[in-house]
Amino acid sequence: MRAVRVLSAALLTLGLSAAPAAADSTPSPEASAGSGGPTRAGTSFRTATEVEQGQTATARASTGDYLYWSFPADAGQRPTVRATVKLPESHASETWQVDVYDGLRRRQACQYGAQTRTAGPGTTGVELACVLRTVRAWSEPWANDPLPGTYYVRLTALELSADDLGQPVDAELRVESKEMGGAAAVDGSLSEPLVPGVASRPEEESDDSSSAVLAGLEPEDGWTSGWWSDRWIWTAVGGALAALAGVFGYRLTRGPGRPRHVPPGV
Amino acid sequence: MIRRTRPVAGAIALLAALTAGIAFPAGAAAGEPTGQDAPKVDLVLDVSGSMRAKDIDGQSRMAAAKQAFNEVLDATPEEVQLGIRTLGADYAGDDRKEGCKDTAQLYPVGPLDRTEAKTAVATLVPTGWTPIGPALLKAADDLDGGDGSKRIVLISDGEDTCAPLDPCEVAREIAAKGIGLTIDTLGLVPNAKLSRQLSCIAEATGGTYTSVEHQDELTDRVNELVDRAAEPVVTPVATEGAGSCEKAPVLTSGLYTDREEFGQQRWYRVELLAGQELRASVSVAADRAVRPDYGVLMRAVTVHGREIVRGEATGNGRTDVVSTGLRHPEPERDDDDSDKPAAETVCLGVTTSFSADAGVKTTPGLPLELTVDVVDGPDDASDVASFGLGRGWWLLGALVVTGFLAGLVWGWLSRWRVAVWRTN
Repeated sequence: MRAVRVLSAALLTLGLSAAPAAADSTPSPEASAGSGGPTRAGTSFRTATEVEQGQTATARASTGDYLYWSFPADAGQRPTVRATVKLPESHASETWQVDVYDGLRRRQACQYGAQTRTAGPGTTGVELACVLRTVRAWSEPWANDPLPGTYYVRLTALELSADDLGQPVDAELRVESKEMGGAAAVDGSLSEPLVPGVASRPEEESDDSSSAVLAGLEPEDGWTSGWWSDRWIWTAVGGALAALAGVFGYRLTRGPGRPRHVPPGV
Repeated sequence: MIRRTRPVAGAIALLAALTAGIAFPAGAAAGEPTGQDAPKVDLVLDVSGSMRAKDIDGQSRMAAAKQAFNEVLDATPEEVQLGIRTLGADYAGDDRKEGCKDTAQLYPVGPLDRTEAKTAVATLVPTGWTPIGPALLKAADDLDGGDGSKRIVLISDGEDTCAPLDPCEVAREIAAKGIGLTIDTLGLVPNAKLSRQLSCIAEATGGTYTSVEHQDELTDRVNELVDRAAEPVVTPVATEGAGSCEKAPVLTSGLYTDREEFGQQRWYRVELLAGQELRASVSVAADRAVRPDYGVLMRAVTVHGREIVRGEATGNGRTDVVSTGLRHPEPERDDDDSDKPAAETVCLGVTTSFSADAGVKTTPGLPLELTVDVVDGPDDASDVASFGLGRGWWLLGALVVTGFLAGLVWGWLSRWRVAVWRTN
């Protein structure tokens, strides 16, 4: 009986400590690895430069350019897009904006973050940010929810004076994401991530750069299958705790039980 | 003995599975790489009289351009076919008509012979007019043929002097030919008017405009543009949508381009099997001056006219494109007992709400890019939660309380049974 009690106490502690630990959201592990990002940006959806999450992409560009990058985001992630633009020394007032589109080129809403900012004359730069909604594994076709797949970022000056057209600027982009854990887990899943051109992609697995694809990057560990979430842990721990509580309740009301001297089966 | 063989059998099974897993993609890798032609770049250099001005790092614009060209020629990737065209290099007279025809191919587009190209550049002397429009038309002809990416890099220090042929219109017409050509422009020490004209040319073809005041900027930028041309890009297929679904072209998975005039509807059709999902996205580019409020609507409609799903987007301000997309999973059909897979035709209709001021040309239409992907359908969610599992402290609390109550009842029941047994 003592052994049971010790075991149950141990299980209880383990369960209680494991559940919140698993539910904790952990930031992207490669947040520190910043070097090696691409040094240019595309000029359209079709030519968008691919960036991994956690990489810093830079680009020398001109005011008035439309700069495009794309990055992969998987279910359970909440990507944050940060863009910095270094402006030339003298310029008139300029409004810059960062827009995020999903793999179907649908504009994605930012939960918060300064998506649009106006740089007055004399300011040296603008910093823009966009925190997307959590990427779900599945949504109804009529919904605009973020789904796993490619995301496009467009950085551009929304309003500018003709004198500033073509002025050299330096742009920097960084995408990081927060793992939202099982709170965002859903049951369904897409057969293929929302990657443009996924159906017409050549079968081969080769990373041959000679054949062009619309979007080729995948998350570090590949796309998730969608069946795992920390809900399994929560539910299992809950079940175990319920069983222990059941045993405890049983022991409270069972009473002394059969007398010792009576053999079983009588 | 049995205990010992089991892990071995398991290992063999695992090994077999792994081998199969490895072997399968290798077998599937038989597809041939798509042969794309070499990318072509035509550098169009303004050699008009104004290039004599000495305002780029103390040297003349012409000298800066020559030096930049030399460096670019050295750095050009092997696979790029580079050509050089001049404008205003030969005719020094005052006759506008003659001056505006003055554009010549200095070095033909083809495999690059660096020394030859450099020698040709060295001979240039700033001379005549600035016929940007005619030069662009000729440059487009230079690049004709092949399905690789095509790029014109226009370097000019003065606006076009050959009105009424608007170089911006010319650029749009070139883009409308559907040969997938991009024009990037660089302005040497530009004024506001030149900036506007060159940026208009660039935007008409989805290119970029840069103003240059230093020689190294020029070199860097041209180098970057040439490199960009060398990057492999998916080339879209030109298609022509119809005014109604019945006459619409049938599209399969791929990337398409089309032109859509203001107020026009474009229809396309996609065949879907039961259990497949259609993903379509469209982006309509504003390649001319449009009013600052605009939108695009794409609808998926059955052949009978019932709307299934729509994607819409609106925006305001300066923009290059407005885009939207939609998904439509075709449900599995259980009652279908024939072997023939049931197909549904989905009509995709695209409309835009771009508008332009009077005087802006409406033809050719705005460039439209369409992606179509037909993939397997999704596994629908039966529950918002993952497999109906729960999470959170309330769940734990509820389970513990329920378990405890169940234990109490069970204990009480067993006590009662013991009591009954004792009394008997």
